[in-house]
Amino acid sequence: MKYVWLIVFFPFLGFLINGFLSKFFNKKVVAFIAASAIGLAFLCGLVTLVKLLAYPPEARSIEITFYSWIKAGGFNIEAGFLIDPLTMVMVLVVSGVSFLIHIYAGEYMEEDPGYVRFFVYLNLFVSMMLTLVMANNFLLMFVGWEGVGLCSYLLIGFWFEKDSASNAGKKAFIVNRIGDFGFLIAMFIIATTFHTLNFKVVFEKAPQMFQVGSGLITAATLLLFVGATGKSAQIPLYVWLPDAMEGPTPVSALIHAATMVTAGVYMMARCSVLYALAPFSLGVVAVIGCLTAVYAASMALVQVDMKRVLAYSTISQIGYMVLGCGVGAFAAGIFHLMTHAFFKALLFLCAGSVSHALAGELDIRKMGNLHKKMPITHITFLSATLAISGIIPFAGFFSKDEVLFETFMSHHNVLYILGLIGALMTAFYMFRLYFIAFRGESHVEPELEKHIHEPSWRMALPLCVLGVLSLIGGWIQLPFFHNLKILGGFLSPVFHHAHEISKMEEASVSVWLEGALMTLSLIVAGLGILIAYKFYIKNPELPKRLGEKFAGLYKLLFNKYYVDEIYQMVVVKPLYNLSEILSIAVDQAVIDGSVNGTGRSLMGVGGVLRRTTTGYVQFYGLVMFLGAVILLLWNLF
Amino acid sequence: MHETNFPILSIIIFFPIIGILLIAFTERKDGYLQKWIAFWTTLIDFIISLPLFFAFKNVADFQFVEKVNWIPSLGISYHVGVDGISLLLVLLTTFLCPICIAACWKDIQDKVKEFLIAFLFLEVSMIGVFCALDLFLFYIFWELMLVPMFLLILVWGAPARRVYASVKFFLYTMAGSMMMLVGILVLYFYHGKVTGDYTFDLLKMFQLKLPFRYEFWLFLAFGIAFAIKVPMFPFHTWLPDAHTEAPTIGSVILAGVLLKMGTYGFVRFNLSLFPHATMYFMEFMGILAVIGIIYGAFMCLVQKDLKRLIAYSSVSHLGFVMLGVFALNVQGLTGGMIQMINHGLSTGALFLLVGMIYERRHTRLIAEFGGLAKCLPLYATFFMIVTLSSIGLPGLNGFIGEFLIMLGAFKAKWWLGVLAASGVILAAWYMLWMYQRVMFGKVVHEVNLKLKDLVAREVWILVPLIIFIVWIGVHPNTFLSKMEPSIKNIVSKYEKIKISEGNTKINILKNLKGERS
Repeated sequence: MKYVWLIVFFPFLGFLINGFLSKFFNKKVVAFIAASAIGLAFLCGLVTLVKLLAYPPEARSIEITFYSWIKAGGFNIEAGFLIDPLTMVMVLVVSGVSFLIHIYAGEYMEEDPGYVRFFVYLNLFVSMMLTLVMANNFLLMFVGWEGVGLCSYLLIGFWFEKDSASNAGKKAFIVNRIGDFGFLIAMFIIATTFHTLNFKVVFEKAPQMFQVGSGLITAATLLLFVGATGKSAQIPLYVWLPDAMEGPTPVSALIHAATMVTAGVYMMARCSVLYALAPFSLGVVAVIGCLTAVYAASMALVQVDMKRVLAYSTISQIGYMVLGCGVGAFAAGIFHLMTHAFFKALLFLCAGSVSHALAGELDIRKMGNLHKKMPITHITFLSATLAISGIIPFAGFFSKDEVLFETFMSHHNVLYILGLIGALMTAFYMFRLYFIAFRGESHVEPELEKHIHEPSWRMALPLCVLGVLSLIGGWIQLPFFHNLKILGGFLSPVFHHAHEISKMEEASVSVWLEGALMTLSLIVAGLGILIAYKFYIKNPELPKRLGEKFAGLYKLLFNKYYVDEIYQMVVVKPLYNLSEILSIAVDQAVIDGSVNGTGRSLMGVGGVLRRTTTGYVQFYGLVMFLGAVILLLWNLF
Repeated sequence: MHETNFPILSIIIFFPIIGILLIAFTERKDGYLQKWIAFWTTLIDFIISLPLFFAFKNVADFQFVEKVNWIPSLGISYHVGVDGISLLLVLLTTFLCPICIAACWKDIQDKVKEFLIAFLFLEVSMIGVFCALDLFLFYIFWELMLVPMFLLILVWGAPARRVYASVKFFLYTMAGSMMMLVGILVLYFYHGKVTGDYTFDLLKMFQLKLPFRYEFWLFLAFGIAFAIKVPMFPFHTWLPDAHTEAPTIGSVILAGVLLKMGTYGFVRFNLSLFPHATMYFMEFMGILAVIGIIYGAFMCLVQKDLKRLIAYSSVSHLGFVMLGVFALNVQGLTGGMIQMINHGLSTGALFLLVGMIYERRHTRLIAEFGGLAKCLPLYATFFMIVTLSSIGLPGLNGFIGEFLIMLGAFKAKWWLGVLAASGVILAAWYMLWMYQRVMFGKVVHEVNLKLKDLVAREVWILVPLIIFIVWIGVHPNTFLSKMEPSIKNIVSKYEKIKISEGNTKINILKNLKGERS
C-alpha cells in the first residue's frame, strides 16, 4: 500500500518526460511514453485493488500520508492518499478509460503539429484527475479539482488559433471558478468548524457534533454542490460544456465525458456523510440533478453537430448521477458514473472515428448510411447507443434503472416521472443520431464518399474494448439478487455511515414491483427508439414539418433556450460596464482628480528637479549617503 | 536575543557600496563592464544572505542583531536584526536584485553607470528598511529609498509621462512619510516622558503601553504612510502610473520589494506598537482590503496596457495581503506574509515577461499582440505558468497565500472571507482574458511573426523565479516554519487582549470617551 503514490506518479512522470525531453523523441516514442505511463498507473491500480480486497470489508479504508503540506498555527494539512473502495472504482475507471483513449489519440492526432503538447497536457490531466480521486483531504482534492480544470482549459483551447476554441477554454475555466468559489467557502466552513480538512476526521466528527438538518452542514453541503454544478456541468453552470467540444475529440471523450465532468458526483459521494446530515441539501441536489437531466436532454433533441448532441447528452446523464446522489443512493450514482464512462467515451471516440473518415465533418446532416463502410465504428456505436438508451442487457440499462428505482423508492414521484421522460428523450435523440448518421440515405459529399474508411487498429481497438464494456459493464450490479450486486457490496462500507444517518435500510422490495418498474423503463426506452425510427427512417419528412409547425419551440431548443445570451447580458456585460464606469468615474475623476489638483501646482517643481538631477545620480546619492556616514563616524570617534 | 559577533546583516546591507565604488571609478564605454560588476555585486550579496536562512533559528526573537550607538545624546543607535517577519523579505530583495541586473542587460543603454549606481543604492536602502530596529534608522532608509526610485522613473522611464509619474510617486510617498515622521517623533517624546529614556530603539518601544488616544492617532499616522506604499484603496493611483512609466526593472523592484514595505510596516509597527488601535481598525482595514481586491480586479478588466493591467492586479493582490494581516490570526498573518513573497515572485516575473516583449516590439498595448503562442512558444509557456501562479492555481505559490488569507479572514469575519473569494473568480477572468488576447488567436500584426523566442539569458532570468513559484506551492513549510514563531508572538498579544477585555469594542469606545472627557 505504501506504493500507491506510483499511481499518480507515472502519469506525472510521463508529463515531465514528454514536456522536457520530447525534442529527442519522434512521435511514436512520445505516444508510447504517454500511453504506457497511463498503462502503468492502471496496473498499479489493479495491484492496489487486489491488496485492498485482502482486508476485511470494514477495514478497507487506508490512509497514507506523505508530508505536512501547509502548517499555520493549529491548522495543518497532511498531504496523502485515501484508499477505499470508492477511490479504487474511480482510479480504475479513470486510468483504464484514459489508457484506451491514449492509444486512440496516438493515431487520431497523428497529423497535428501540436502532437507532443497534446500528450503532455493529457498526461498532466490524468495525474491531476487521479490526485482528485485519491486525495485524503479537501484541499488536496481541490488541487486535483483545479488541476483538471486547468488541463481542460488548455485542451479545449488546444487549437488556440481558432477564436472559438480559445473562448471556449476561457469560458470553461471561469465558469468552473464560480463553482470553485462555492467549494472554497465550503472548505472554510469545514476548516473553521472541524479544525481540519482531513476526510476521515471530518466524516467521523460530523455525526457526533451535529444533528441531522444542522444549518452549518446544510450550508457547507450546498456550497460544495455549487462546486459540483460547475465541474459536473449542472444547472445553472452547465454552459461551458457544450462549448468545450471545441477541443480535440479524444479530449471530449476523456475529460468532458468519462472522467473530469463526473468529479462533482464523486465529490458528493465522498461527502455522503455530510449530505446525509443535510436532507435539505439532498433535496436540492436531487431536484437540480433531475431538472438538468430533462432540460439538457431537450436541447439534445434538435442539435445537428454530433459532438454537441453528445455534450448535451453528457450533461443529461450526469444529471441522473446527481439525482442518484440526491436521493441518497450514492452507490447507484457511482454505478451510473462507471457505465457512463464506458459508453459515453465510446460514443465520442466513434464520433472521432467518423469525423476522421469524413475529413473533420461533424454535421449529421452531411452523414448517413455509414454502417456499410464503417462496420466496426457502426457496431460499437450501436452498442453504446443501446447502452445509453437503457436497453437490457446493455450496461446503461442497469445503472440508469437503479437510479430511477431508488428515486421511486424514496418517494420522489415527480422526479421519477421526470426521470422517465428524460429517458424517453435520451432514447429518441440517441437513435435519431444513429439513424441519421449510420442508416438512411447518404448525404455525404461525393468527394468524401470515396475516402470513407475504417480507422487502423490503434483506433479500432479502444472502440472494441469499450464496445464490449458497454455491453457487459453493468453486469457487476444485477437487480433482484442481493449477492449479485457486486459493485454495491464492494462500495457499501463507504456509504455505510451515510445510510445509517438517514436510516436507509436495505428495504426488502417485492420482486414484482422491481420487475414492473423495470418493464416500464424498457417500454419507455423502446418508445423513444420507435419514434426515432418513425421520424428518421420511415418518414424523413416528418421532423421537418414538425419543426415548421412548432417553429418557436424548435428555435428555442436549437438556440439552447438563449441561456448563453442571457448570461452575457445579465452578468458579463454589466460587470464589464461597471468596471469601465469605475475606471473613468472613480479612478480617473475622483481620486486622480484630487491628486492632480495638488500635483499640478507642483509640476513646475518637478520640471526643475529634472533639470538639476539628470546626469548627476552619483552626486545626488553620494551626498545623501555621505551625510549618513559622517553622522555615524562623528559619533563613533 | 541572539547577539552574534559577526556583523552579517551590515555586510549584506552595505555590500552593494563596493559595487557602487567600483562602477564609479570605471570608464564609461559600452556599459557592459559596469553591468557585470553590478551583477556580481548583487549575486554575491545574495549568496552572503543565504546563510541567514539556514542559520535562522525558528524562534520569535530578533536574530543576527547588531547594535552600535550612533548619536547617544538623542538615543539614536545603529540597530539592525531580523526575525521571522523580515527574514524572507530580506532574502526576496537580495534574490530579485541580480535577476533585475540581468534583465536590464539590453534594456538600459543610456547612462548605464548612473543607472546601476542608483539601483545598487536602492538595494542598500531596501535591505536597510527591512533590517532596521531603530526608528530613526528605519526612517533614514525609508527616505533614502525614495530618491533612487524616483530617479529610475524620471530619468530612465518612458519619455511621454515620466515626469508626471515620478512626481506623483514622489509626492504621494512623501506625504505619507511626513505623517510617519511626526508619528515617530511623538513616540520618541512619549517614551522619553514616561520612562525617562529618550530613545528611538524599536525593541524598547515594543514594551511601551500607550493610552488608547495615542494609539489611535499614531495608528493613523503610520497607517497612512504604509497604506500609500502598499497601496491600499483609495491611495493606489500612483501605482499604475509609476509602473507604466518606469523601466522594466524599476517595475520589478517596485512591485517585488517596495510595495512590501507598506505591508511590512503594518505588521512591524502598527500591529506590534498599537494593538488596541489595530483591533479597533480591524474591520475597517479588512473592508478597505476587500474593496482593494475587488476594485483592483475590476480595473484590470478594462486596461489596454499590459503593465497597467499588472499594476492594478497588484492592487488586488496586495488587498489580499492586507486582508490576511488584519485578520489578526495565525492563518491570516501567515498567508499575508507568504503572499508578500508570492507577489514579489509572480508579479516580478510578470513585469519581466512584459519587459521582454516590450524590448522586441516597443509596445505594451494588448491590442498590438495576439497569436504570440504560435511564434513564441517558450515565452508563452513561461507566461502561462506565471499567470497561473498569479491567479492562485493550487500547486503553485499563489494558492497557498490566498487560501490561508481567506481562511484567516473567514475565521475573523466570515463575510470578509466570502467577499475576498469572489476576487478569485475575477482574477481568473482578467488574467486569462489578457493571456488569450496576447497569446491566442491568429497573428493579426505581421511584425509579430518575426519576433524571436526567448534567448538563454532570458530563460535563466525566469527559471529561478519559476523554481520558487513551484517550491512554495508544493512545500510551503520550508518558509512558513521560519515565520511561525514571530507570527504566533504577535497573535498571542491579540488573543490576550481579546480575553482580558472581553467585548473589546465596547471597552475601547468607553476608553476613548473617558480619556477625552
